[in-house]
Amino acid sequence: MAYVPLADRDHEMELHHPHTWIGKWVFCQDHKVIAIQYGSIAIFTGLVGLVLSLLFRMQLGFPETADFIDPSFYYQAVTMHGMIMVIYLLTALFLGGFGNYLIPLMCGARDMVFPFMNMLSVWVFLVSVIILMASFFVTGGPTGGGWTLYPPQTTLAGTPGHDMGIVLMLISLAVFIVATTMGGLNYVVTVLQYRCRGLTLMRLPLAVWGIFVATILALFAFPALLVAAIMMLFDLLLGTSFFMPAIIESGTPLDHNGGSPILFQHLFWFFGHPEVYIVALPAFGLVSDVLSVHARKNIFGYRMMVWAIIAIGGLSFVVWAHHMYVSGMHPYFGFFFATTTLIIAVPTAIKVYNWILTLWEGDIRLNAPMYFAIGFIFTFIHGGLTGLFLGNVVIDLPLSDTYFVVAHFHMVMGVSPVLVVFAAIYHWYPKMSGRMYHEGMAKLHFWCTFLGTYAIYLPMHYLGFLGVPRRYYALGSTDFLPASAQDLNTTITIAALFVGASQLLFLINIIWSLRSGPKAGPNPWGAASLEWQTPDTPPVHGNWGDSLPTVYRWAYDYSVPGAHQDFIPQNTPESEEPTVDAEHFDPDTDGSKADV
Amino acid sequence: MSFFKTITTKPWEKKGVIGGLDPEGAINAPNEKVALSVFLVVISVVFSLFTVGYFLRMELPDWQPLSEPGQLWFNTGLLVLSSVLFQWARNIVNSESSKHLTATFIGGGFFAIFFITGQLVIWSNLQDAGYYMTSNPANAFYYLMTGVHAVHLLGGLWVWSKSSIKLLSGSEAKSLKLSVELCTLYWHFLLIVWIVLFAILSNT
Repeated sequence: MAYVPLADRDHEMELHHPHTWIGKWVFCQDHKVIAIQYGSIAIFTGLVGLVLSLLFRMQLGFPETADFIDPSFYYQAVTMHGMIMVIYLLTALFLGGFGNYLIPLMCGARDMVFPFMNMLSVWVFLVSVIILMASFFVTGGPTGGGWTLYPPQTTLAGTPGHDMGIVLMLISLAVFIVATTMGGLNYVVTVLQYRCRGLTLMRLPLAVWGIFVATILALFAFPALLVAAIMMLFDLLLGTSFFMPAIIESGTPLDHNGGSPILFQHLFWFFGHPEVYIVALPAFGLVSDVLSVHARKNIFGYRMMVWAIIAIGGLSFVVWAHHMYVSGMHPYFGFFFATTTLIIAVPTAIKVYNWILTLWEGDIRLNAPMYFAIGFIFTFIHGGLTGLFLGNVVIDLPLSDTYFVVAHFHMVMGVSPVLVVFAAIYHWYPKMSGRMYHEGMAKLHFWCTFLGTYAIYLPMHYLGFLGVPRRYYALGSTDFLPASAQDLNTTITIAALFVGASQLLFLINIIWSLRSGPKAGPNPWGAASLEWQTPDTPPVHGNWGDSLPTVYRWAYDYSVPGAHQDFIPQNTPESEEPTVDAEHFDPDTDGSKADV
Repeated sequence: MSFFKTITTKPWEKKGVIGGLDPEGAINAPNEKVALSVFLVVISVVFSLFTVGYFLRMELPDWQPLSEPGQLWFNTGLLVLSSVLFQWARNIVNSESSKHLTATFIGGGFFAIFFITGQLVIWSNLQDAGYYMTSNPANAFYYLMTGVHAVHLLGGLWVWSKSSIKLLSGSEAKSLKLSVELCTLYWHFLLIVWIVLFAILSNT
């Protein structure tokens, strides 16, 4: 059997139009509804993660003022915060949320290739979240072994949640991986096979490239976590010794013997490092599109941006052991991983330069999505540069397990992707809802988040230099730490509470604007990519009305000399290209539809 | 068009429709087959990582190799027969015929069931002989890797059972062509995985 182009069989495609409320909003196969379901579940879970972080920050800033934050709860909150934010918020939101919403629209397709499996994916994701949340209610509570779940510490008495908590965490992760695989197969096949007529791979917007390569990383990296989770469950439940060494627990020797905790670390980080890019690559893609649209310029170095995404994706599989420099590895092993880690900085830096050069001499519209996108460039450069420090073995050793590391990874894969999430939600909100959000409130949200997160993480670098260790419930009295370290901790906590509270601005804005925001129109930013050219806003099930679009150009025709408007949609043929006399063309006055 | 050529094109230069109705870069195969192929790569990663774990764990001093029972050869034969029957069924549907399709397709699945049953019998015999999962990491890996392989076969059998029901309820061979092709591909893949696993388990 051969491949049949999408355009050739459009008439015979079955769209599973829902006929009931449950069919439309619960068991729906429309990629846009599934995207909103994925996004809503991820954001709800992320809010739980956010509240947990504020609680453990309370302990650090104002030690022992809240009775219920005992050491066990502290470690459980830290662990669950980490896992929730990395896996259940960011991975799910970028791939399940934005991937689902944007891929079919940007590819000019009516839906994903396998809509039923897509629907199954979101429900399996929900099951994984329920299992994860159930661990708060079982005896012993959720696991408190740190988000890396290192054995044997995670599974020993003395670590909170060492019984049911860790079991539920591992099962939840395994279920999540099933959901991600179902979704991931859909995204990959849709990008490869369901592009509309004329849409070559190199005409795809960078958002699709980022999500596409990140999905491939997810498909190949999550199996490592699955393998580690299965083997650890065997150790926990069936008494094997894959990872568990001979060990004495509370004076009693356990039955385990000879297992290798380092083996777990290798498996975990073989997943864990690509995971950074599973989160980062979609963010890179989305922010590229936001910057280009609001700078009214084509993205600088499109091909280089695509190559960089592919190169980063490939290199991300050969840097994992830089998370394990302190595990006692062979010096040449450390040298190899330090080298690959520094090499990955090259394509990453290319991307940063290209974003800045996209802004250079652009006709920049400083609206909320652009605020967040530019804010991302700042925080990403900052987090990336501290990564260069930690990538070197000799610098990493003294800084390992200090707050410098916490500051680094929060800047690079916490704050930066979250700023892109906000940029992307504000940018595509008019298409998703048909309404505009409140611009002033969104900008206030930006300043509170941007300055607030700097107030949190900048001082953390200094704490790290002082040698303040991460993961400690209380610092106690130590000679090497000045009393001012505690003052800094208090300041950080106040900033964290401020940033946490300011997220209400975002929630209120997007919920309020759903009904009360001004009507947006089909293409308020004057964007060229396909998702803005749908006949309906928000797009209805099937996206494209009677016929699928045909693509005649790439997605970045902005401010083309001689063109009537400062953007030319991808589906505009050359013959219909509206032009004016080049001599009379004034890009500042003509076609500035995007002034919002 | 090669991948290198694809990613070196300059999209800002050329306007107009490229590639006719067929979007350039699409794979000339049914979507289901593309998805299954990607999935097979994912499964390969899973088994590769188990294998890496096996070799790394083997280096530690408490490892006592398990001498694999001879019945594994018999079981391997069952899985080979299963694959052969699936291939036969695939050849039948490809030649637009339906003669012997039911016997070969359903027979292929049954031989896979016999294989899994055979694996369970070996597990039971090993348990009776005192080769428990907890007594040695080599034993644990044996149960783990054969178990994960059997779980993948069970997944295939679920799809096979749905197609078999359609076949038995009188569906045309033509409408099952893709299912038969995908089942065959999946079975061949799991046979290769099994042969690699068997070779590793037997030689270490």
